[in-house]
Amino acid sequence: MNNKLYDKLIFNYSQPQRKGYKLRKQCFETTIDKIPANLLRSKAPELPSVDEPTAVRHYTNLSTNNFGVDTGFYPLGSCTMKYNPKINEEIAADEVLKGLHPAQPSTTVQGALEAYFTLQQMLSEIGGMAEFTLNPYAGAHGELTGLMVIHAYHDAHGQTQRTKVIVPDSAHGTNPASAAVCGYQIVEVKSMTDGTVDVEDLKTKLDDTVAAIMMTNPNTVGMFEKNIPEIAELVHSVGALMYYDGANLNPMLGIARPGDMGFDVMHINLHKTFSTPHGGGGPGSGPVGVRKGLEDFLPNPRVVKNADNTFSVATDSSDALGQISAWLGNFAVELRALAYILTLGAEGVATVGPLATLNANYIKASLDDLYKLPISGYCKHEFVFDGLADKSTEVTTLNVAKRLLDFGFHAPTIYFPLLFHESLMIEPTETETKETLDYFIEVMRQIAAEARETPEVVKNAPHTTPVVHPDDTKAALEPRTTWRQINEQY
Amino acid sequence: MYQHRYFPHTTDDVEKMLERIGATSVNELFNDIPEHLRLKNGTYNLPEEHSEIEVREYFSRLRANNKPLVCFAGAGFYDHYSPAVVASIASRSELLTAYTPYQPEISQGTLQYIFEYQSMIAELTGLDIANASLYDGATATAEAMLMCVAVARKKNRVLISATVAPNVRNVVETYARYHKIRLDIIHEKDGVTDVNALKSMLESGDVAGVIASSVNFYGILEDFTGWSELIKAQKALFVINTHASALGVVKTPAEWGADIAVGEAQSLGFPLNYGGPGLGYMCVTKALMRKMPGRIVGATTDEKGQRVFVLTLQAREQHIRREKATSNICSNQGIMTLYASIYLALLGAEGLREVNVQSNAAAVYALGQIEQRSSAKLAFPGKPFLNEFVIITPNVDKIIERGAEQGILPGVKIGEDRLMIAFTEMRTKEQIDQLVQLIKSAENE
Repeated sequence: MNNKLYDKLIFNYSQPQRKGYKLRKQCFETTIDKIPANLLRSKAPELPSVDEPTAVRHYTNLSTNNFGVDTGFYPLGSCTMKYNPKINEEIAADEVLKGLHPAQPSTTVQGALEAYFTLQQMLSEIGGMAEFTLNPYAGAHGELTGLMVIHAYHDAHGQTQRTKVIVPDSAHGTNPASAAVCGYQIVEVKSMTDGTVDVEDLKTKLDDTVAAIMMTNPNTVGMFEKNIPEIAELVHSVGALMYYDGANLNPMLGIARPGDMGFDVMHINLHKTFSTPHGGGGPGSGPVGVRKGLEDFLPNPRVVKNADNTFSVATDSSDALGQISAWLGNFAVELRALAYILTLGAEGVATVGPLATLNANYIKASLDDLYKLPISGYCKHEFVFDGLADKSTEVTTLNVAKRLLDFGFHAPTIYFPLLFHESLMIEPTETETKETLDYFIEVMRQIAAEARETPEVVKNAPHTTPVVHPDDTKAALEPRTTWRQINEQY
Repeated sequence: MYQHRYFPHTTDDVEKMLERIGATSVNELFNDIPEHLRLKNGTYNLPEEHSEIEVREYFSRLRANNKPLVCFAGAGFYDHYSPAVVASIASRSELLTAYTPYQPEISQGTLQYIFEYQSMIAELTGLDIANASLYDGATATAEAMLMCVAVARKKNRVLISATVAPNVRNVVETYARYHKIRLDIIHEKDGVTDVNALKSMLESGDVAGVIASSVNFYGILEDFTGWSELIKAQKALFVINTHASALGVVKTPAEWGADIAVGEAQSLGFPLNYGGPGLGYMCVTKALMRKMPGRIVGATTDEKGQRVFVLTLQAREQHIRREKATSNICSNQGIMTLYASIYLALLGAEGLREVNVQSNAAAVYALGQIEQRSSAKLAFPGKPFLNEFVIITPNVDKIIERGAEQGILPGVKIGEDRLMIAFTEMRTKEQIDQLVQLIKSAENE
């Protein structure tokens, strides 16, 4: 990464005569002027006018101020920043596959539909579910879709009094937010000191007004919810359903399937567990799976296999919860996930969970003398430190995270989960070498030593990044979110 | 452990790591999982590991089972030209393999291209503020509806025009149903929203928002003169849905007095990708900024006095507000905003206009030929269209079937005798003449 800030905006290069495109010569008469003037914009938008070499250099320079998985170690808890294989990109960029229009007759897209259907089936096998839809665009969108499945299921059974969804206090913010968008009231269930769901507290909250409970397993502190069979029984005994948030599925690959744990509905983040790139925020994909008996409630449109082994797109399922995407989801992301599963194969997929868990426990065991470990026992793919063990230095988790940037690491997830004041959540994934982990451990130990000996070095970090201590308060108080607003300011 | 090129662990590594951990085997790390929950036989019913050669062969076979067609289909997704620079830059792994830019010190690349995207989309819509994007045009429209009721507080009814694309309406209806919003359809008349229906529906005084589309589903530019006053008199919000490319020439949502502009941005040269990923854009007036869903990038300064970018106004979002957030959205379309901004930077206002001019000219030429050489009729005569129109012709299924045989996707069937046809700068005169011949010959079958 380039540690000098590249500070030009594309707008800075704009000159009226420059252009970065050439279309072919128009062979038809211009007719746009025949559209009534009051239906056309009165003046042109102020977009940049730049030449092609300048544009290429601009975006290339921008990329040098950015850190990705290909740049270095990304121990970002709960985000599963594993290697994004290059073959996946090659497949997704295939000229034929990327040129298919979503409204093409199904007879002309049999290959695309086969890819779609095959991935649905593979995810069903991995999740222990009966059927999947690939339509949801992201994890949060999958949660919302899954809750709509649950809502439609209860409605179909006349259970309209089920107005609540139970969410653990350690849950990701998307869980309660998705339940609220789906029209549910949120009931929080407490965590025990080891981060797992408090079964006694859960019992007091279960009755026939509950639609579902949303859980991750392992949970957000990286611990397996070992009471899951009992929880599933309790939840099912009041007629409610079990929702599995697939954010933490990675360590379960090769170990256990959500369907076998008693979950009825789940989503998977293809951009976490199945190696598709995060793209600086998206596009992701959040397929939703359901157990037998819930298939009919999945959204339209659907890809189905016919008796003659051809595939078609069905749009007419009357029990379906409705439609949640314009077409069939992020097809290009799904192609990448399919390429990944084929590349790993059955045994490779089953090795992901063990190695991800081994890497996490190795870091934990190498640092738990210097960092406060609030929950002991083997973690799964990730774990949480509650800041430095020695609190007298007043060096915070934020300081530690920022100091890590100086050594070429991305920071871990910080101040989440909310169970601890100084949460520092580390997830290494299975694709990191022991050498990388050893260097990370060495740096984390050095930072702990600095916190005692030269605390200012840690408190003032980072020192080597292109940007140092951006003023977040100013950004929020005087929002400038476009080039035009910057120009007005100066 | 199973050896694979994505897993770097040697046997020696595993032994040393277990030693540090104090465990005797990797399996011991899972001793808290009840035996009956464990994966049967420790493996899956999945194909065996494929070499890269075999993965390529697998997808070659899938590729061969599709038929690439000359695309006259639209309905929200258009076959526009994309400069080579776009895909080349967007595949740079510093940008592609990055997470959400929560660490601004090492994410200025992502933050800045999103900022530039926001700037350009705001220019296109004429509104003050854009977010960092939503999933697609349909979900963006649904999010706009949620905003309408969140802003109105006590009102819970939203109106949507029948000329908004059916797949967008379906998604909006789904969100409305579960969020318990009363969503009513404003009827259409001759291919455009029936303004008299709108007026009478607004009279009840309980409307929180009105959603309409121009360019609408049928490709027609609607005239919203007077709408903004009608809607504002009811203290409701006006939402306009437009696909992004059209904004290069059509009257902007800001000029129509809209409060929220949303739509699909795939038309900015994205690959068709069988429907995804696209990108849902959203722009709002300054007054609505703090109610807008999704991420927003803003400018600020750092300790060295440099102008830098950060994610801002996060107090609106789910990771802070949890169930009180206006939306559950957590991501944005990331790299697709880079596609959009490079495209817009290279084409500029002039290029985007030229794309629209050529697409419109191709559509007008095609219509002339269709009317001259076949008995097909324009479904909504006299209504101004941009690059897409609907014809009435008896044999739509036959046209599509014969088209597939000849390598042509002649449009989208939107009714028993209705075919909707779209044109872009990609279509040649020869291709259009072939389409016209196809429509004509199907009539005689």
